[in-house]
Amino acid sequence: MSYKYTDKYLPIGAGRCNILAKKVIKPVLSAAEAVKCIKPGMSVIIGGFNYGGVPYTLVDALVESGIGELTLIANDTAYEDVGHGKLVANGQVKKVVASHVGLNKKTGQFYMEGKLELELCPQGTFVERIRAGGFGLGGILTPTGVGTVVEEGKQVLEIDGKKYLLELPLRANVALIRAYQADRMGNLTYFGTNRNFNPIMATAADYVVAEVDSVLEVGELDPNEIVTPGILIDALVVKGDNYYANRT
Amino acid sequence: MPIELNEEMVRQRIARRIAREFHDGDVVNLGIGIPTLVSDYIPEDVRVIFQTENGAVGAGPAPDKPDLRFIGAGGRPLTILPGGCFVASDLSFGLIRGGHVDATVLGALQVSQEGDLANWMVPGKIVPGMGGAMDLVVGARRVIIATTHTTKKGEAKILRKCTLPLTAKGVVKLIVTEFAVFSIEKGQMKLLEIAPEVTLEDIKAMTDADFTVADPLITMQGTEEEKV
Repeated sequence: MSYKYTDKYLPIGAGRCNILAKKVIKPVLSAAEAVKCIKPGMSVIIGGFNYGGVPYTLVDALVESGIGELTLIANDTAYEDVGHGKLVANGQVKKVVASHVGLNKKTGQFYMEGKLELELCPQGTFVERIRAGGFGLGGILTPTGVGTVVEEGKQVLEIDGKKYLLELPLRANVALIRAYQADRMGNLTYFGTNRNFNPIMATAADYVVAEVDSVLEVGELDPNEIVTPGILIDALVVKGDNYYANRT
Repeated sequence: MPIELNEEMVRQRIARRIAREFHDGDVVNLGIGIPTLVSDYIPEDVRVIFQTENGAVGAGPAPDKPDLRFIGAGGRPLTILPGGCFVASDLSFGLIRGGHVDATVLGALQVSQEGDLANWMVPGKIVPGMGGAMDLVVGARRVIIATTHTTKKGEAKILRKCTLPLTAKGVVKLIVTEFAVFSIEKGQMKLLEIAPEVTLEDIKAMTDADFTVADPLITMQGTEEEKV
Protein backbone atom coordinates (compact mmCIF):
# COMPACT_ATOMS: atom_id res chain seq x y z
CA MET A 1 0.00 0.00 0.00
CA SER A 2 1.51 3.29 -0.97
CA TYR A 3 -0.16 6.60 -0.63
CA LYS A 4 2.06 9.56 -1.13
CA TYR A 5 1.58 12.79 0.71
CA THR A 6 1.40 14.55 -2.64
CA ASP A 7 -1.67 12.49 -3.55
CA LYS A 8 -3.77 14.92 -1.59
CA TYR A 9 -3.19 17.61 -4.17
CA LEU A 10 -4.72 15.40 -6.83
CA PRO A 11 -8.43 14.94 -7.39
CA ILE A 12 -9.58 12.29 -4.97
CA GLY A 13 -11.44 9.25 -6.17
CA ALA A 14 -10.92 9.44 -9.94
CA GLY A 15 -13.24 12.34 -10.42
CA ARG A 16 -16.03 10.96 -8.30
CA CYS A 17 -15.16 13.11 -5.28
CA ASN A 18 -13.99 15.76 -7.62
CA ILE A 19 -12.47 18.00 -5.05
CA LEU A 20 -9.07 19.59 -4.96
CA ALA A 21 -8.08 19.39 -1.34
CA LYS A 22 -6.38 22.27 0.45
CA LYS A 23 -8.67 24.92 -0.90
CA VAL A 24 -9.38 27.65 1.59
CA ILE A 25 -13.11 27.02 1.47
CA LYS A 26 -13.81 23.37 2.24
CA PRO A 27 -16.44 21.39 0.38
CA VAL A 28 -19.52 20.34 2.28
CA LEU A 29 -20.22 16.87 0.98
CA SER A 30 -22.77 14.15 1.54
CA ALA A 31 -21.38 11.32 3.66
CA ALA A 32 -21.54 8.98 0.66
CA GLU A 33 -19.47 11.42 -1.44
CA ALA A 34 -16.97 12.01 1.34
CA VAL A 35 -16.13 8.34 1.88
CA LYS A 36 -15.45 7.75 -1.81
CA CYS A 37 -11.88 8.83 -1.07
CA ILE A 38 -11.48 5.57 0.88
CA LYS A 39 -10.25 2.71 -1.29
CA PRO A 40 -9.82 -0.99 -0.49
CA GLY A 41 -6.68 -1.61 1.56
CA MET A 42 -6.42 1.89 2.97
CA SER A 43 -5.95 2.80 6.61
CA VAL A 44 -8.71 4.82 8.24
CA ILE A 45 -8.44 6.56 11.58
CA ILE A 46 -11.80 7.14 13.27
CA GLY A 47 -12.58 9.34 16.27
CA GLY A 48 -14.56 8.35 19.33
CA PHE A 49 -14.39 6.76 22.75
CA ASN A 50 -17.03 4.12 23.45
CA TYR A 51 -20.15 5.59 21.76
CA GLY A 52 -19.12 9.24 22.25
CA GLY A 53 -17.62 11.43 19.55
CA VAL A 54 -17.91 8.90 16.71
CA PRO A 55 -18.59 10.32 13.20
CA TYR A 56 -21.63 8.08 12.84
CA THR A 57 -22.91 9.40 9.53
CA LEU A 58 -19.55 8.99 7.82
CA VAL A 59 -19.04 5.57 9.33
CA ASP A 60 -22.47 4.40 8.21
CA ALA A 61 -21.67 5.59 4.67
CA LEU A 62 -18.42 3.61 4.77
CA VAL A 63 -20.33 0.54 5.95
CA GLU A 64 -22.82 1.09 3.13
CA SER A 65 -19.98 1.38 0.58
CA GLY A 66 -18.77 -2.11 1.47
CA ILE A 67 -15.13 -1.06 0.93
CA GLY A 68 -12.94 -3.71 2.52
CA GLU A 69 -9.42 -4.76 3.52
CA LEU A 70 -9.27 -1.68 5.72
CA THR A 71 -6.89 -1.01 8.58
CA LEU A 72 -9.01 0.56 11.29
CA ILE A 73 -7.22 2.80 13.78
CA ALA A 74 -9.59 3.78 16.58
CA ASN A 75 -9.53 3.83 20.37
CA ASP A 76 -12.01 0.95 20.44
CA THR A 77 -14.23 -0.99 18.07
CA ALA A 78 -17.49 0.33 19.60
CA TYR A 79 -20.23 -2.31 19.61
CA GLU A 80 -20.95 -4.77 16.81
CA ASP A 81 -24.09 -2.89 15.77
CA VAL A 82 -22.94 0.66 16.61
CA GLY A 83 -20.61 3.01 14.72
CA HIS A 84 -17.34 1.63 13.38
CA GLY A 85 -18.05 -1.62 15.21
CA LYS A 86 -20.22 -2.37 12.18
CA LEU A 87 -17.18 -2.17 9.89
CA VAL A 88 -15.61 -5.01 11.87
CA ALA A 89 -18.83 -7.04 12.05
CA ASN A 90 -19.32 -6.51 8.31
CA GLY A 91 -15.90 -8.03 7.51
CA GLN A 92 -14.53 -4.79 6.03
CA VAL A 93 -11.55 -4.63 8.37
CA LYS A 94 -8.38 -6.72 8.08
CA LYS A 95 -6.48 -5.06 10.91
CA VAL A 96 -7.46 -3.15 14.02
CA VAL A 97 -5.18 -0.89 16.04
CA ALA A 98 -6.99 0.00 19.28
CA SER A 99 -6.69 0.16 23.07
CA HIS A 100 -9.89 -1.71 23.92
CA VAL A 101 -12.07 -4.05 21.88
CA GLY A 102 -14.01 -5.81 24.63
CA LEU A 103 -17.39 -4.22 23.89
CA ASN A 104 -17.53 -5.59 20.34
CA LYS A 105 -17.83 -9.37 20.43
CA LYS A 106 -17.01 -9.68 16.73
CA THR A 107 -13.56 -8.15 17.12
CA GLY A 108 -12.51 -10.77 19.66
CA GLN A 109 -14.21 -13.55 17.74
CA PHE A 110 -12.64 -12.67 14.37
CA TYR A 111 -9.25 -12.27 16.04
CA MET A 112 -9.50 -15.70 17.69
CA GLU A 113 -10.57 -17.19 14.35
CA GLY A 114 -7.53 -15.65 12.65
CA LYS A 115 -9.65 -13.45 10.39
CA LEU A 116 -8.48 -10.20 11.90
CA GLU A 117 -5.12 -8.81 12.88
CA LEU A 118 -5.24 -6.98 16.21
CA GLU A 119 -2.68 -4.56 17.60
CA LEU A 120 -3.56 -3.54 21.15
CA CYS A 121 -1.97 -0.43 22.48
CA PRO A 122 -2.38 1.29 25.88
CA GLN A 123 -4.71 4.23 25.42
CA GLY A 124 -2.25 6.94 26.42
CA THR A 125 0.35 5.41 24.14
CA PHE A 126 -2.23 5.16 21.36
CA VAL A 127 -2.98 8.88 21.46
CA GLU A 128 0.70 9.81 21.68
CA ARG A 129 1.54 7.60 18.69
CA ILE A 130 -1.10 9.46 16.70
CA ARG A 131 0.28 12.78 17.94
CA ALA A 132 3.74 11.70 16.81
CA GLY A 133 2.29 10.76 13.43
CA GLY A 134 0.58 14.10 13.08
CA PHE A 135 3.27 16.28 14.62
CA GLY A 136 6.26 15.06 12.64
CA LEU A 137 7.90 13.11 15.46
CA GLY A 138 9.80 9.87 14.96
CA GLY A 139 8.16 8.27 17.98
CA ILE A 140 7.58 8.82 21.65
CA LEU A 141 9.06 7.46 24.89
CA THR A 142 6.61 6.26 27.52
CA PRO A 143 6.95 4.40 30.82
CA THR A 144 3.57 2.75 30.16
CA GLY A 145 3.89 -0.96 29.45
CA VAL A 146 7.43 -1.43 30.83
CA GLY A 147 7.71 -4.94 32.28
CA THR A 148 4.54 -6.16 30.53
CA VAL A 149 3.75 -7.90 27.23
CA VAL A 150 3.50 -4.44 25.66
CA GLU A 151 7.28 -4.22 25.94
CA GLU A 152 7.84 -7.26 23.70
CA GLY A 153 9.73 -6.43 20.50
CA LYS A 154 10.20 -2.79 21.45
CA GLN A 155 13.29 -0.77 22.13
CA VAL A 156 13.71 0.09 25.83
CA LEU A 157 15.63 3.25 26.63
CA GLU A 158 16.87 4.26 30.05
CA ILE A 159 16.80 7.97 30.73
CA ASP A 160 17.89 9.35 34.11
CA GLY A 161 17.59 5.85 35.51
CA LYS A 162 14.00 5.29 34.39
CA LYS A 163 12.91 2.87 31.67
CA TYR A 164 10.84 3.96 28.69
CA LEU A 165 9.47 2.17 25.64
CA LEU A 166 10.01 3.62 22.20
CA GLU A 167 6.60 3.70 20.54
CA LEU A 168 6.34 4.50 16.86
CA PRO A 169 4.08 7.01 15.08
CA LEU A 170 0.63 6.15 13.75
CA ARG A 171 -0.87 7.76 10.67
CA ALA A 172 -3.65 6.89 8.27
CA ASN A 173 -4.65 7.56 4.70
CA VAL A 174 -7.96 9.04 5.77
CA ALA A 175 -9.32 10.39 9.06
CA LEU A 176 -13.02 10.50 9.85
CA ILE A 177 -13.60 12.74 12.83
CA ARG A 178 -16.50 14.24 14.76
CA ALA A 179 -16.66 17.88 15.78
CA TYR A 180 -19.41 20.24 16.90
CA GLN A 181 -19.46 23.31 14.67
CA ALA A 182 -17.40 24.13 11.62
CA ASP A 183 -17.04 27.19 9.48
CA ARG A 184 -16.58 26.99 5.73
CA MET A 185 -12.81 27.07 6.14
CA GLY A 186 -12.99 23.86 8.16
CA ASN A 187 -12.23 25.43 11.53
CA LEU A 188 -13.73 23.21 14.24
CA THR A 189 -15.10 23.36 17.76
CA TYR A 190 -15.99 20.38 19.94
CA PHE A 191 -18.69 19.59 22.47
CA GLY A 192 -18.47 17.74 25.79
CA THR A 193 -16.73 14.38 25.93
CA ASN A 194 -17.23 13.99 22.17
CA ARG A 195 -13.89 15.76 21.81
CA ASN A 196 -11.70 12.80 22.91
CA PHE A 197 -9.37 11.66 20.08
CA ASN A 198 -10.85 13.83 17.35
CA PRO A 199 -8.58 16.91 17.47
CA ILE A 200 -5.41 14.82 17.50
CA MET A 201 -6.63 12.52 14.72
CA ALA A 202 -7.24 15.57 12.54
CA THR A 203 -3.46 15.97 12.38
CA ALA A 204 -2.54 12.42 11.42
CA ALA A 205 -4.05 11.55 8.05
CA ASP A 206 -3.55 12.57 4.44
CA TYR A 207 -7.23 13.37 3.95
CA VAL A 208 -9.41 14.49 6.84
CA VAL A 209 -13.21 14.60 6.83
CA ALA A 210 -15.06 16.18 9.76
CA GLU A 211 -18.69 15.40 10.58
CA VAL A 212 -20.33 18.34 12.34
CA ASP A 213 -23.66 19.52 13.72
CA SER A 214 -23.61 22.61 11.55
CA VAL A 215 -21.45 24.60 9.14
CA LEU A 216 -21.27 28.35 9.70
CA GLU A 217 -19.95 31.11 7.49
CA VAL A 218 -16.34 32.21 7.82
CA GLY A 219 -16.05 34.62 10.72
CA GLU A 220 -19.01 33.24 12.62
CA LEU A 221 -16.87 31.08 14.90
CA ASP A 222 -14.99 32.90 17.64
CA PRO A 223 -11.26 32.32 16.94
CA ASN A 224 -10.80 31.81 20.71
CA GLU A 225 -13.17 28.85 20.63
CA ILE A 226 -11.67 27.10 17.60
CA VAL A 227 -9.71 24.00 18.60
CA THR A 228 -8.80 22.55 15.20
CA PRO A 229 -7.62 24.98 12.54
CA GLY A 230 -9.29 24.54 9.19
CA ILE A 231 -5.97 24.05 7.42
CA LEU A 232 -6.06 20.46 8.72
CA ILE A 233 -9.47 19.69 7.25
CA ASP A 234 -10.23 18.59 3.69
CA ALA A 235 -14.01 18.16 3.68
CA LEU A 236 -17.05 18.67 5.89
CA VAL A 237 -20.17 16.56 6.30
CA VAL A 238 -23.25 17.60 8.26
CA LYS A 239 -24.39 14.89 10.63
CA GLY A 240 -27.29 12.73 9.55
CA ASP A 241 -30.15 11.27 11.33
CA ASN A 242 -29.19 7.96 12.91
CA TYR A 243 -29.86 7.28 16.59
CA TYR A 244 -26.40 8.10 17.92
CA ALA A 245 -25.57 10.82 15.39
CA ASN A 246 -28.59 12.65 16.74
CA ARG A 247 -27.75 12.15 20.39
CA THR A 248 -23.98 12.60 20.54
CA MET B 1 -13.55 -19.37 57.90
CA PRO B 2 -15.00 -15.88 58.04
CA ILE B 3 -18.69 -15.36 57.66
CA GLU B 4 -20.05 -14.74 54.18
CA LEU B 5 -20.92 -11.17 53.33
CA ASN B 6 -23.35 -10.62 50.51
CA GLU B 7 -21.93 -9.19 47.29
CA GLU B 8 -23.52 -5.77 47.64
CA MET B 9 -22.23 -5.40 51.20
CA VAL B 10 -18.74 -6.31 50.00
CA ARG B 11 -18.85 -3.71 47.23
CA GLN B 12 -20.17 -0.94 49.48
CA ARG B 13 -17.69 -1.72 52.26
CA ILE B 14 -14.69 -1.51 49.95
CA ALA B 15 -15.96 1.70 48.35
CA ARG B 16 -16.71 3.32 51.71
CA ARG B 17 -13.23 2.55 53.00
CA ILE B 18 -11.42 3.83 49.91
CA ALA B 19 -13.42 7.08 49.99
CA ARG B 20 -11.55 7.97 53.21
CA GLU B 21 -8.20 7.97 51.42
CA PHE B 22 -8.50 11.33 49.69
CA HIS B 23 -7.50 14.83 50.63
CA ASP B 24 -9.28 18.02 49.76
CA GLY B 25 -8.40 18.97 46.18
CA ASP B 26 -7.20 15.53 45.11
CA VAL B 27 -7.65 14.66 41.45
CA VAL B 28 -8.97 11.11 41.27
CA ASN B 29 -9.72 8.66 38.46
CA LEU B 30 -12.12 5.83 39.25
CA GLY B 31 -12.18 2.60 37.28
CA ILE B 32 -15.22 0.53 36.38
CA GLY B 33 -17.02 -1.69 38.92
CA ILE B 34 -16.49 -1.22 42.67
CA PRO B 35 -14.28 1.87 42.12
CA THR B 36 -17.23 3.73 40.59
CA LEU B 37 -19.09 3.45 43.94
CA VAL B 38 -16.31 5.31 45.78
CA SER B 39 -17.72 8.69 44.72
CA ASP B 40 -20.87 7.99 46.79
CA TYR B 41 -18.89 7.99 50.06
CA ILE B 42 -16.54 10.98 49.82
CA PRO B 43 -16.68 12.80 53.19
CA GLU B 44 -18.52 16.14 53.10
CA ASP B 45 -15.49 18.20 54.05
CA VAL B 46 -13.37 16.79 51.22
CA ARG B 47 -13.74 18.06 47.69
CA VAL B 48 -12.36 15.60 45.17
CA ILE B 49 -12.00 16.44 41.49
CA PHE B 50 -12.93 13.40 39.45
CA GLN B 51 -11.15 12.95 36.17
CA THR B 52 -12.32 10.53 33.49
CA GLU B 53 -9.79 9.41 30.90
CA ASN B 54 -12.14 10.08 28.00
CA GLY B 55 -11.86 13.78 28.78
CA ALA B 56 -13.75 15.21 31.77
CA VAL B 57 -12.01 17.03 34.61
CA GLY B 58 -14.50 17.79 37.39
CA ALA B 59 -17.08 15.12 36.62
CA GLY B 60 -20.25 15.03 38.72
CA PRO B 61 -23.00 12.49 39.34
CA ALA B 62 -25.29 11.04 36.69
CA PRO B 63 -27.83 13.60 35.47
CA ASP B 64 -31.61 13.22 35.77
CA LYS B 65 -31.89 13.63 32.04
CA PRO B 66 -28.97 11.96 30.23
CA ASP B 67 -27.17 13.90 27.50
CA LEU B 68 -24.96 11.45 25.61
CA ARG B 69 -22.52 14.22 24.74
CA PHE B 70 -21.29 13.98 28.35
CA ILE B 71 -20.20 10.47 29.26
CA GLY B 72 -17.69 8.82 31.57
CA ALA B 73 -15.07 6.24 30.67
CA GLY B 74 -17.53 3.40 31.22
CA GLY B 75 -19.99 5.03 28.82
CA ARG B 76 -22.42 6.21 31.50
CA PRO B 77 -23.78 9.76 31.24
CA LEU B 78 -22.27 12.21 33.71
CA THR B 79 -22.55 15.85 34.61
CA ILE B 80 -19.75 18.36 34.68
CA LEU B 81 -19.58 20.37 37.90
CA PRO B 82 -19.08 24.15 37.99
CA GLY B 83 -15.37 24.72 37.42
CA GLY B 84 -15.00 21.50 35.48
CA CYS B 85 -13.86 21.26 31.88
CA PHE B 86 -13.41 18.95 28.94
CA VAL B 87 -10.07 17.95 27.50
CA ALA B 88 -9.01 15.89 24.51
CA SER B 89 -7.43 12.45 24.96
CA ASP B 90 -3.85 13.65 24.53
CA LEU B 91 -4.18 16.12 27.41
CA SER B 92 -6.22 13.63 29.43
CA PHE B 93 -3.41 11.08 29.30
CA GLY B 94 -0.87 13.84 29.75
CA LEU B 95 -2.60 14.58 33.05
CA ILE B 96 -2.48 10.89 33.92
CA ARG B 97 1.11 10.05 32.95
CA GLY B 98 2.41 13.46 33.96
CA GLY B 99 1.68 12.90 37.63
CA HIS B 100 -1.24 15.37 37.78
CA VAL B 101 -3.67 12.70 38.97
CA ASP B 102 -3.32 12.07 42.71
CA ALA B 103 -4.96 8.68 42.82
CA THR B 104 -6.56 6.03 40.68
CA VAL B 105 -8.83 3.31 42.01
CA LEU B 106 -8.97 0.13 39.96
CA GLY B 107 -10.05 -3.48 40.28
CA ALA B 108 -7.62 -6.39 40.10
CA LEU B 109 -7.40 -9.98 39.00
CA GLN B 110 -4.19 -10.39 41.03
CA VAL B 111 -1.86 -8.18 43.07
CA SER B 112 1.59 -9.19 44.26
CA GLN B 113 3.14 -8.34 47.61
CA GLU B 114 5.59 -6.10 45.74
CA GLY B 115 2.83 -4.09 44.13
CA ASP B 116 2.69 -5.75 40.73
CA LEU B 117 -0.80 -5.61 39.25
CA ALA B 118 -2.57 -7.94 36.82
CA ASN B 119 -5.98 -6.67 35.80
CA TRP B 120 -6.29 -6.75 32.04
CA MET B 121 -6.11 -10.21 30.54
CA VAL B 122 -6.45 -13.92 31.13
CA PRO B 123 -4.50 -16.06 28.62
CA GLY B 124 -6.74 -18.17 26.41
CA LYS B 125 -9.74 -15.90 26.90
CA ILE B 126 -10.81 -13.21 24.48
CA VAL B 127 -8.65 -10.18 25.21
CA PRO B 128 -10.67 -7.01 25.73
CA GLY B 129 -7.61 -4.74 25.67
CA MET B 130 -5.96 -2.67 28.37
CA GLY B 131 -7.74 0.57 27.53
CA GLY B 132 -6.30 3.27 29.79
CA ALA B 133 -5.39 0.99 32.70
CA MET B 134 -1.67 0.68 31.96
CA ASP B 135 -1.24 4.45 31.71
CA LEU B 136 -3.30 5.08 34.85
CA VAL B 137 -1.31 2.74 37.07
CA VAL B 138 2.03 3.99 35.78
CA GLY B 139 1.10 7.67 35.96
CA ALA B 140 -1.19 8.21 38.94
CA ARG B 141 0.66 9.19 42.12
CA ARG B 142 -1.19 6.59 44.14
CA VAL B 143 -2.70 3.34 42.85
CA ILE B 144 -5.44 1.99 45.09
CA ILE B 145 -6.83 -1.46 44.38
CA ALA B 146 -10.44 -2.30 45.16
CA THR B 147 -10.92 -6.03 45.06
CA THR B 148 -12.59 -8.95 46.75
CA HIS B 149 -10.07 -10.75 48.94
CA THR B 150 -10.31 -13.99 46.96
CA THR B 151 -11.81 -15.16 43.68
CA LYS B 152 -15.34 -16.58 43.60
CA LYS B 153 -13.69 -20.02 43.81
CA GLY B 154 -11.88 -18.94 46.98
CA GLU B 155 -8.42 -18.66 45.39
CA ALA B 156 -6.11 -15.96 46.73
CA LYS B 157 -5.85 -12.79 44.63
CA ILE B 158 -3.10 -11.26 46.77
CA LEU B 159 -0.01 -13.29 45.95
CA ARG B 160 3.77 -13.49 46.27
CA LYS B 161 3.97 -13.21 42.48
CA CYS B 162 1.23 -12.62 39.90
CA THR B 163 0.72 -15.52 37.50
CA LEU B 164 -1.39 -13.54 35.01
CA PRO B 165 0.07 -11.04 32.50
CA LEU B 166 0.93 -7.79 34.27
CA THR B 167 -0.64 -4.39 33.82
CA ALA B 168 2.41 -2.84 35.49
CA LYS B 169 5.19 -3.71 37.93
CA GLY B 170 5.51 -2.33 41.45
CA VAL B 171 2.80 0.32 41.21
CA VAL B 172 0.17 -0.61 43.82
CA LYS B 173 0.28 1.43 47.05
CA LEU B 174 -2.91 0.32 48.82
CA ILE B 175 -5.15 -2.75 48.61
CA VAL B 176 -8.63 -2.64 50.07
CA THR B 177 -10.69 -5.83 50.26
CA GLU B 178 -13.85 -6.62 52.21
CA PHE B 179 -11.69 -8.08 54.98
CA ALA B 180 -8.46 -6.10 55.04
CA VAL B 181 -6.46 -3.02 54.11
CA PHE B 182 -2.82 -3.46 53.08
CA SER B 183 -0.23 -0.86 52.21
CA ILE B 184 2.75 -1.55 49.98
CA GLU B 185 5.85 0.56 50.47
CA LYS B 186 9.25 -0.14 48.96
CA GLY B 187 8.18 -3.64 47.99
CA GLN B 188 6.95 -4.45 51.51
CA MET B 189 3.32 -5.28 52.17
CA LYS B 190 1.81 -4.41 55.54
CA LEU B 191 -1.61 -5.28 56.97
CA LEU B 192 -3.07 -2.05 58.36
CA GLU B 193 -6.70 -2.83 59.12
CA ILE B 194 -8.86 -5.88 59.52
CA ALA B 195 -12.63 -6.34 59.26
CA PRO B 196 -14.55 -7.08 62.46
CA GLU B 197 -15.67 -10.57 61.49
CA VAL B 198 -12.23 -11.98 60.70
CA THR B 199 -9.05 -12.78 62.60
CA LEU B 200 -5.43 -12.33 61.60
CA GLU B 201 -5.29 -16.09 61.08
CA ASP B 202 -8.21 -15.86 58.61
CA ILE B 203 -6.39 -13.15 56.66
CA LYS B 204 -3.21 -15.22 56.55
CA ALA B 205 -5.20 -18.18 55.25
CA MET B 206 -6.79 -16.11 52.47
CA THR B 207 -3.62 -14.27 51.45
CA ASP B 208 -0.87 -16.10 49.60
CA ALA B 209 1.76 -13.49 50.38
CA ASP B 210 4.20 -12.36 53.05
CA PHE B 211 3.24 -9.27 54.99
CA THR B 212 4.00 -7.51 58.22
CA VAL B 213 1.25 -6.48 60.63
CA ALA B 214 0.74 -2.92 61.82
CA ASP B 215 0.93 -2.31 65.54
CA PRO B 216 -1.73 -1.57 66.52
CA LEU B 217 -3.76 -3.47 63.96
CA ILE B 218 -7.04 -1.58 63.87
CA THR B 219 -10.58 -2.47 62.84
CA MET B 220 -11.31 -1.59 59.22
CA GLN B 221 -12.47 2.02 59.08
CA GLY B 222 -16.01 2.56 57.91
CA THR B 223 -17.34 -0.81 59.01
CA GLU B 224 -18.80 0.90 62.10
CA GLU B 225 -21.11 2.86 59.77
CA GLU B 226 -22.58 -0.20 58.10
CA LYS B 227 -26.27 -0.76 58.70
CA VAL B 228 -26.77 -4.39 59.60
